[in-house]
Amino acid sequence: MNDHAPHADHEHEHPTWKQYKWVALILTLVTVVEVWIYYTPFKETPYYVPTLLVLSAFKFATVVLYYMHLKYDHKLFKALFTGPLIIAGCTALALLALFSHLAIPE
Amino acid sequence: MASAAAVAEHHEHTHYTTTGLDNRKVAIWAFIGSECMLFVSLISTYLIYKGKSIVGPFPHETWTAPDGHKFNAILNIPVTTQSTFVLLMSSLAMVLALEAVENTGKPGYAGKIRGNASFWLGFTAVLGMTFLGYQAFEFTSFVHEGLTIHTNLFGSSFFTLTGFHGAHVTAGVLWLLTLMSISMKRGLTQKDALLVDICALYWHFVDVVWIAIFTLVYLIK
Amino acid sequence: MATTAATPTFAPPAAASYEQSGIWSWITTVDHKRIGALYLYTALFFFMFGGLEAGIIRWQLALPNQHVVSAEMYNQLFTMHGTTMIFLAVMPLSAAFFNFLIPLQIGARDVAFPRLNAFSYWVYVLGGTFMTLPIFFGNAPNGGWFGYAPLTTMPYAPGLNIDFWVMGLQILGISSLAAAFNFITTIINMRAPGMTLMRMPVFTWMSFVVQFLLVLAFPVITIALVFLLFDRFFGTNFYEIAAGADPLLWQHLFWVFGHPEVYILILPAFGIVSEILPTFSRKPLFGYNVVVYSGIMIGFLGFGVWAHHMFAVGMGATADTIFALTTMLIGIPTGVKIFNWIATMWGGQIRFATPMKFAIGLIALFTIGGISGVMHSSPPADLQQTDTYFVVAHFHYVLFGGSIMGIMGGIYFYFPKITGRYMSEVLGTWHFWTTFIAMNLTFFPMHFSGMLGMPRRIYTYDAGQGWDTFNMISSVGTAMLIASTLIFVVNFLKSRKSGEVAPNDAWGAGTLEWSIPSPPPDYNFAEIPVVTSRYPLWDLKHPERTAGIAHSAPDIMTITDAHAVPVHEETGHKTAAELGIPMPFNTVKPAIAAAALVGMFAGLLFMHQNKFAVAMTITIGSAMLFVGTLYAWLTSPLE
Repeated sequence: MNDHAPHADHEHEHPTWKQYKWVALILTLVTVVEVWIYYTPFKETPYYVPTLLVLSAFKFATVVLYYMHLKYDHKLFKALFTGPLIIAGCTALALLALFSHLAIPE
Repeated sequence: MASAAAVAEHHEHTHYTTTGLDNRKVAIWAFIGSECMLFVSLISTYLIYKGKSIVGPFPHETWTAPDGHKFNAILNIPVTTQSTFVLLMSSLAMVLALEAVENTGKPGYAGKIRGNASFWLGFTAVLGMTFLGYQAFEFTSFVHEGLTIHTNLFGSSFFTLTGFHGAHVTAGVLWLLTLMSISMKRGLTQKDALLVDICALYWHFVDVVWIAIFTLVYLIK
Repeated sequence: MATTAATPTFAPPAAASYEQSGIWSWITTVDHKRIGALYLYTALFFFMFGGLEAGIIRWQLALPNQHVVSAEMYNQLFTMHGTTMIFLAVMPLSAAFFNFLIPLQIGARDVAFPRLNAFSYWVYVLGGTFMTLPIFFGNAPNGGWFGYAPLTTMPYAPGLNIDFWVMGLQILGISSLAAAFNFITTIINMRAPGMTLMRMPVFTWMSFVVQFLLVLAFPVITIALVFLLFDRFFGTNFYEIAAGADPLLWQHLFWVFGHPEVYILILPAFGIVSEILPTFSRKPLFGYNVVVYSGIMIGFLGFGVWAHHMFAVGMGATADTIFALTTMLIGIPTGVKIFNWIATMWGGQIRFATPMKFAIGLIALFTIGGISGVMHSSPPADLQQTDTYFVVAHFHYVLFGGSIMGIMGGIYFYFPKITGRYMSEVLGTWHFWTTFIAMNLTFFPMHFSGMLGMPRRIYTYDAGQGWDTFNMISSVGTAMLIASTLIFVVNFLKSRKSGEVAPNDAWGAGTLEWSIPSPPPDYNFAEIPVVTSRYPLWDLKHPERTAGIAHSAPDIMTITDAHAVPVHEETGHKTAAELGIPMPFNTVKPAIAAAALVGMFAGLLFMHQNKFAVAMTITIGSAMLFVGTLYAWLTSPLE
């Protein structure tokens, strides 16, 4: 049956507890770093926000790729998720730009 | 094809699919894509209104009201860090629940905690409920300190955004508890893996949204 | 026997889905064909209701300074006319086609989630009723179909009107979203073997794009409405200027939804036209790939043009320029389709049956609407045009001349498939020409009155501003439109009963839906066909037409895996049971869940009448019923 074949692949490529625990550890560490820099003078520098955004994007990607096993699944799911994600991201950026001091005329 | 045997055989067939993937899994990913737009709208509004509230309390700054009453910065990073950690760990528990169901009966899993789907499903739900407990605590203490949903733009957008997220967590907890009770009643095996997989995808997405909220609302001034 | 050999006697297949009879069978149906029929009838009813609202509007505006209706009632009329036509007529008419046609076109036996499908319909009909009844009590929504906040917040709109609007739209949004998830899954996962994405009928492709537009656009309006709902019921500050809120927040959120919405309204009609033209030109669609890719482009770009609805609010030169550019850009994929359609007809053996008339009508009228659209894309020009009747002319050309003409063509085209009988060509021709003439009479003058400065949404106007003649012509046109719609209704009802009987392949078309009986049996296909090109039926019956397009040999592997067979015409003489095809059970749970959902919202209304206890009882009670029904639904088997 068509359905069974992908299931077999599923089990071969699926991460196991060995990999999952590393993922969990990395996520925890990154969160610790994020909170840590909140309490340091780094918070006042202009690099603070970009750093946080990069760290969070990394956590986001890690959860999606590994926990939601998008990395290992059929590419259809990658398409179903990335398309909307791109549109959502662009919409958010556009809205933020439209309401920022850049856009509102004097 | 008209015999009873053929009918019975047909019933056991899973239906032919173009991709070989289950319909419900395709649907949940489409749903998750849609939810991205939902939360992006909420988060964008929060960010648009950031710093625009006319009266306090404010998230990261103190504020003195016209009547002299002094309000502290209302967000509590240490406490929220704990709840964030709890939700993050719940995703791990969820992943282990799925692993347990997929490997039912196999050596290394059978009879061990590693293979106990009911335990992991329940544990994920407990962590989820703990997160909700933290949210409830946070909401009530904010109200106590003078920030309600009608106080200012911050209050409205904050409570609506985190409230919607909390509602999603609640739905997820109910889903987990339902799966847990099915697991306890008749046991979940490999053929049920899809049901747990779908729940897991939803649960992880809810976690991922919190990752965004924690950074954008709590950690960025 | 007096019947001639050429005329088939009307003998619906043994397992016609209309075999099940009685109201209960309709309330509990999960058959996509029946659900499609329900959408069609309900949507046509709302179309006529919205048309009557327009009729009263045009009666009021036929002469200067009339008082047929009060200003307040006028506000309700234009609000409900817009809301009804968009959400209760055109979208559900498209849904009727999605439902009926998509599984048949892809060679499937039903949609992915039949019960969810039924749920979508019941939510629509109950939500539509919820939003329409208030007009009989003078309480209809009155803030325009776009409900701009802060005008729709409590201080400026204290009555129940806007509450009905906010909640009605939330309810309808749920209906559309549920259906969209269903069709996305169906199209991805239930295509017959051999039907690659680039072999799908264009209607299915356009519908596929529309489902993505739905799932990405509706969440945004959901949130905009949540903010308004919360402001009105719970005292939040999203649109509260005194608290520092931005008056543009609603507009941006609304139009991020609103612009993709207009593509949701037009793409299905484009899809229908792309099925009709090849059939009546007797040659394949010209530039299939381009038509598909341009549809996808329109989907993506459609999310990047929304602020062209806001050129007059003062966004600043940068924002205006960017959105002007993206708006001009999106005209390209749309225009490309027009050329492909014309090229399809070029050199073909044209047959001007009624569906073909409507399809060609769409090409002509939509092009006119597109031209005025491009005129709007320039912010300086739009500053004069915005909020005038020039815009009203534009969108009626694309919505009536586009969507409605396409849908009408689709109804004539698919009526034989749905009912087993042709609609009358004579009445159809009358319907087409009166509609075509009346539509132009009604909306063309609005270009002029708009350019001469007549504002939108005014209930009277003074004489002598140069608008009088144009308004009179529009009103006469509207009367004619009402007459033409009556011709259509007569044609529809008469043909239902005594139209000429239609065979499987009523028009000599090339796609799978025409290989099964008219009307189809409840299981659709006795044997799933393997698809070898874009026009599988022409491969079988008119191979010379598809000689020039891509083909493949039937794939032995997929034939045995899918229990499929080469494309063939079916007779439908056996029932599902005889064929060993499991059919889903009828169930009332989707209808109950829909009622409970509407109850949840309706209960909230009582809060504005200070009946807090009543509100909570109804809302919480309905919520419990909803959850309970959901549990029962999810734990009972489909078939």
